Amino acid sequence: MTLLKVNGTVVDVPPEYTLLQACEAAGAEVPRFCYHERLSIAGNCRMCLVELKGSPKPVASCAWAVRDCRPGPNGEPPEVNTRTKPVKKAREGVMEFLLINHPLDCPICDQGGECDLQDQAMAYGIDHNRYAENKRAVEDKYIGPLVKTSMNRCIHCTRCVRFSAEVAGVPELGATGRGEDMEITTYLESAMSSELQGNVIDLCPVGALTSKPYAFQARPWELIKTETIDAMDAVGSNIRVDTRGREVMRILPRLNEAVNEEWISDKTRFVWDGLRTQRLDRPYLRGDSGRLEPASWGAAFGAIANAVGGRAGARIGAIAGDLATTEEMFALKELMASLGSGNIDCRQDGATLDPALGRASYVFNPTLAGIDVADAILIIGSNPRHEASVLNARIRKRWRRAELQIGLVGVPVDLTYRYEHIGAGPDSLAQLAAGDHSFAQVLKAAKRPVVIVGQGALARADGPAILALAAQIAQDGERDAGWNGLAILHTAAARVGGLDVGFVPAAGAMSASDMVREAGAGTLDVLFLLGADEIDATALGDAFVVYIGSHGDAGAQRANVILPGAAYTEKSGTLVNTEGRVQRLKRAAFPPGDAREDWAIVRALSDVLGNRLPFDSFGELRARMVAAHPHLGVEDGVMPEGPEALGALASVTARLGKARFENPIRDFYFTNPIARASAVMAECSALAAGRMAEAAE
Amino acid sequence: MAVRRLAEQQPEGFVFDPQNLARAQREIAKYPPGRQQSAIIGLLWEAQNQNGGWLSEPAIRYVAEMLDMAYIRALEVATFYTMFNLHPVGTVAHIQVCGTTPCMLRGSEALMDICRHRIHHDQDHPSADGKFSWIEVECAGTCVNAPMVQIGSQVFEDLTPETFNRLIDDLDAGRPVTPGPQVARQLSEPEGGPTTLTDPSLYPGEPAPARKGTGRAKKKD
Repeated sequence: MTLLKVNGTVVDVPPEYTLLQACEAAGAEVPRFCYHERLSIAGNCRMCLVELKGSPKPVASCAWAVRDCRPGPNGEPPEVNTRTKPVKKAREGVMEFLLINHPLDCPICDQGGECDLQDQAMAYGIDHNRYAENKRAVEDKYIGPLVKTSMNRCIHCTRCVRFSAEVAGVPELGATGRGEDMEITTYLESAMSSELQGNVIDLCPVGALTSKPYAFQARPWELIKTETIDAMDAVGSNIRVDTRGREVMRILPRLNEAVNEEWISDKTRFVWDGLRTQRLDRPYLRGDSGRLEPASWGAAFGAIANAVGGRAGARIGAIAGDLATTEEMFALKELMASLGSGNIDCRQDGATLDPALGRASYVFNPTLAGIDVADAILIIGSNPRHEASVLNARIRKRWRRAELQIGLVGVPVDLTYRYEHIGAGPDSLAQLAAGDHSFAQVLKAAKRPVVIVGQGALARADGPAILALAAQIAQDGERDAGWNGLAILHTAAARVGGLDVGFVPAAGAMSASDMVREAGAGTLDVLFLLGADEIDATALGDAFVVYIGSHGDAGAQRANVILPGAAYTEKSGTLVNTEGRVQRLKRAAFPPGDAREDWAIVRALSDVLGNRLPFDSFGELRARMVAAHPHLGVEDGVMPEGPEALGALASVTARLGKARFENPIRDFYFTNPIARASAVMAECSALAAGRMAEAAE
Repeated sequence: MAVRRLAEQQPEGFVFDPQNLARAQREIAKYPPGRQQSAIIGLLWEAQNQNGGWLSEPAIRYVAEMLDMAYIRALEVATFYTMFNLHPVGTVAHIQVCGTTPCMLRGSEALMDICRHRIHHDQDHPSADGKFSWIEVECAGTCVNAPMVQIGSQVFEDLTPETFNRLIDDLDAGRPVTPGPQVARQLSEPEGGPTTLTDPSLYPGEPAPARKGTGRAKKKD
């Protein structure tokens, strides 16, 4: 630690800190544009100038290390001033230069009200301009359907360039030309292909890069901000949902170092237009004509009561979808139990994860933050770039920081970092587990390896065998104390929560695929779908299908009764992310029309079906759920499972198949009903498909 | 300086000829493995020379692929340095007229007027016959002999409108031209002969021998 005097106060900071960080540690505010904690240092905006005693000129604090400061003649700590007159003058000068070419279009700029340049011009600028010359004009660039450019406003901080090259790992943005003629663009104005590109909108300190779908939609001060959790993937990114009136206007990331740092994927950010379209806003009933017709709640419930009445529990089933909250599944499970049915499943894709094996068998044990300290990573049957983009960015961050050996068993795809492709299927994995591959030595020698098992390796008949091999690999070697490297990567936000509350078939009961098959065969009469759209809804035969959900997708199309539910931004609830972190959804808007929160629908339905569930409010439901599953009461908590759990998992013997691993996500932009209803996602999907076709040529 | 954009008309493709490919590989080999991108300027330069003095979009892509770097990174380099011409240049001469202060004071504006009239009104546009193009550049470092133009690797100094016109005529006609000062003086010595140190009494011994080449005069004991 090094002593440093900031504005007269001595602080003790690590020598590798920059002056800017040291000033912040001392509580002194330093304005900046180009500097960003998670990007490399550029030092080109000059806004962070501070006075360093002994230096003839002000220094750029973002690019000056504490260890490079000279002590005073008698060994006094170096002195930095951020509030002196020269500093004020320097800042005013920099600001004046920045504003020479910055247009005065704040009133029509989408960044207005949340613009760094605007704020800092107010705080550090001067009140007039000495330049009468024309401002420079720059052509706007097309860089994709998500990011709108207004290049006159660009101040050349190059945050977006550094983000795309460093964090996203897709170096598509660049600065062409030089000096006054410098322009930010993609190569020949092609669309950016990164699935994290939306983050450049947040990074841009001015209004040069703004959200295209959100363009001219709202002003920041008229939005109601709700801090909630994302449901697009199993990472559980922390988001802020901005609403105006009833409508979600945009979605922004929140800072959570343990989960998403400050990034979110494009699907998370831009899916909001899907929340407005294809909505189920009233109950529907399939009439005698075979068409779905609007109905009252009473009529819809009546029809369900008719269909369920008197049936044996074994002929009733329920499948929970990928966006369901833990509370809903808990309630639906109780409802099904009251009907005498054990046919419940939250694993639409047929993943062979069994909560009976313990929580360590289905969560990302090393935790997401554990990737930062991992010393070897093995990815099995997964494409984390599409399944959990933010997690992939974290792996890339770790890989960039220092040499990290990464192996992949599965489909070789561009993950934005170098990896060793070990093989395509279970054979290679078995080889690796037996030590017959050079990468086995890497894993064995590792102290903190992370073995990521994707749903592509688990949603198949030999899933248990693959999980056992993965556990064996995770276990085999000398590990740091308490390190459990088995990391199950889920794709569905609801999955871990569903497994936590045991939304899986009771002994001898039907799984999701069984239910679909039995319904087709006519031995399952009533099927409840809680937002389940990823099953083959056309194969349900003559079963009476009750769809509870928010969007008119595959499930609703097949349903006999539709009960309109709430989307993830419109309800309270709990989501457990892939690492087992319990996070709470908060309602940002109200569901449209007659739609209700799903837990309330299940509760009302239970009344109609004759077994009223013992809770009357959401609070009571949650209390009941927490009483049954205490760990769900620990908000933002992860219950780490030690390596002891691996032994039992590794000892499972099952037959290994031959088929290659397939990645579960075919189209990153279309993984759930909300995304499928979004026009923006459709455009992105079409662009991505075009790129794939081009690459295949 | 103006905004530098790629030419609108681009050739179909680009590949190094065997000789340039060998050169490129020598250039790449100068850098340690994993740092081959450092060779970008050299390779773009070879590509420009092979391509008749300008850099086409396929050439930029080709070089980027050769060095395993993103296209945009290569484009950044190509647009940053004015030594890379992004538009076709004259087949006979691409005249770079220095317009920085000393040359400007000594009449470079007149030279540019000649370019405007004889070649093309705008910079970076070949003349009607395609033989010439011109561009204003920043200081090329022969301020003592201002004004000057650079053509390829040769500089023509101490120009006047007359001598510059003659230079273009000679180039046009394919006559040999002499680089260097276009007035009667050697390199950057004073015009019309030495003006200082002319008093022989300043040299107690023999006068220093006339300087030949760049070698230093031998020191006498």
